[in-house]
Amino acid sequence: MGRKLLLDKAHIEGIRYYDTYRSNGGYAAAEKALKTLGPDGVLDEVKKSGLRGRGGAGFPTGLKWSFIAKPEGVPRYLVCNADESEPGTFKDRYLMEFIPHLLIEGLLISSFALGANSCYIYIRGEYAWIPDILEQAIAEAKNKGWLGKNIQGTGFDLEIYVQRGAGAYICGEETALIESLEGKRGNPRIKPPFPAVKGLWQSPTVVNNVETLAAVVPIINIGGDEYIKYGTGKSTGTKLISACGNINKPGVYEIEMNISVEEFIYSDEYCGGIKNNKRLKACIPGGSSVPVLPANLLLKTAKGETRMMTYESLADGGFATGSMLGSGGFIVMDEDQCIVRNTLTFARFYHHESCGQCSPCREGTGWMKKVLQNIEYGKGKMSDIDLLWDIQRKIEGNTICPLGDAAAWPVAAAIRHFRDEFEWHVANPQESQTRNFGLAHYADPLPAPTPAAV
Amino acid sequence: MAVVQFSEEKLNKVKEIIARYPEGKQKSALIPVLHLAQEAFGGWLSAETMDYVATLLQLQSIEVYEVATFYSMFNLKPVGTYLFEVCQTGPCMVSGSDQIIDYIKNKLGIGVGETTADGLFTLKTVECLGACGYAPMMQLGKHYREHLTPAKVDEIIAECRSKANAN
Repeated sequence: MGRKLLLDKAHIEGIRYYDTYRSNGGYAAAEKALKTLGPDGVLDEVKKSGLRGRGGAGFPTGLKWSFIAKPEGVPRYLVCNADESEPGTFKDRYLMEFIPHLLIEGLLISSFALGANSCYIYIRGEYAWIPDILEQAIAEAKNKGWLGKNIQGTGFDLEIYVQRGAGAYICGEETALIESLEGKRGNPRIKPPFPAVKGLWQSPTVVNNVETLAAVVPIINIGGDEYIKYGTGKSTGTKLISACGNINKPGVYEIEMNISVEEFIYSDEYCGGIKNNKRLKACIPGGSSVPVLPANLLLKTAKGETRMMTYESLADGGFATGSMLGSGGFIVMDEDQCIVRNTLTFARFYHHESCGQCSPCREGTGWMKKVLQNIEYGKGKMSDIDLLWDIQRKIEGNTICPLGDAAAWPVAAAIRHFRDEFEWHVANPQESQTRNFGLAHYADPLPAPTPAAV
Repeated sequence: MAVVQFSEEKLNKVKEIIARYPEGKQKSALIPVLHLAQEAFGGWLSAETMDYVATLLQLQSIEVYEVATFYSMFNLKPVGTYLFEVCQTGPCMVSGSDQIIDYIKNKLGIGVGETTADGLFTLKTVECLGACGYAPMMQLGKHYREHLTPAKVDEIIAECRSKANAN
């Protein structure tokens, strides 16, 4: 069994409520932070832990915190990003629904470290039943003196508020989220200035993902030095993976970042293998934005090494032969799935979700959707495949925010690894309407790498 | 047209929401208040409703329109009593959402974006709602309905009909 730090107590009945959470060691980290460590001590532990942002970018959290500007007399804010909208990702929902106090405790410790007296949880609007759960947890914590004025006699004040979004993927991008929290359209801002300098209402702001903030609790409990003993290399600690698609046991799993992709998919502790004894065709390991990999490149790197569930190993080979851990939205596709159709649904998604500020993304996502529709429905031309490649190249890197890249990468990777499936669709417009291309050669062992000539 | 006016209880809720933000930042309350308004005034936002929200929050009407049109959860035209919002993005698609959408279309005799003649049901397709592991799924009101099958869809439709008859 892999060791757990976040969900180790998730199975305890009543853990959603304060008394059970507290009697199982809850708020011990907050006590330690407020009474022993102090703000700088918390920051040191988080830096030592090597914690990386769990929302998808993987940026070191301690470093992000250290950027926050501290001008005299200006309030600072902590904003918790609970917008969770990356297709394939549903881990934060689990955490908030089942152990809300873990997040509240993490917000308390993090706000204390940052010197923020107001904290907002921005949660996607569709998770309409979760704000009640969070607000109840907030009320309980406040009642027990963990929120409000002069918390536990330390002189530190904190209020936490829950704000619902209203259906916009783009609001997961931190500056769009801030705009939305200010009551505006979710249009990302041009950076700099970064939120750490001018964020919410032009004040210094840190935006962190739910899981990142929850992870601060075990880090304070066991210490940064102990935390890095979990995981491998720069992938320290544990990560929540939300697994979905054609697997036997979809759901949210906490993994220690030291297991292989193969173990994650096939072991009974995790996904339990492919549904209906089908064969694995492809997988998107980190949410819809990251490159899709065919089975053979998923389980082994191009160098022939075992692919591990870590930031580094999943990215091994760059975009040519690798992908990303991203948000941990792990989407598995079996031999019956059509890559063209799957890519089309993502292109439609990004077209729907583009905020429209930047022309390459606003127009390009729509073009990609249309071209993919033609190919999928038997009206494609061979030149369309190169056209798609050309469009995605022109979106990537040419937009204010990373949504443009996120829209481009899935299309690029699909063509890079599954070009013959696209060509088959074009060459067989009628047949492609009645059957799928199937597994083809996508699970075949890769040729062993040949050593470079000396 | 009935006068657009929140109940005393809702007005108190609006005050409570505004109090979450610093002085003068009541524009931040816009999205939460639009949610309240959509709930209170028939499941959608008419121009009158949006103007009312603008007055409440001391905003220009255009500030409300531009936000209401940006976010997909705000309905800008009337919808049925029961709004089926079925996810169609990749993870749901690989788990059979296309078949579920077709099933609902046939069962209710409506297309996507349409409402049944009795005004009870509207079918909307939406993009990823974060329930990928429990696909196929739809949102119905405040909650998710997951692991959908044709039989489950039948049950949900029957449940809505009996609720409607009870009212």
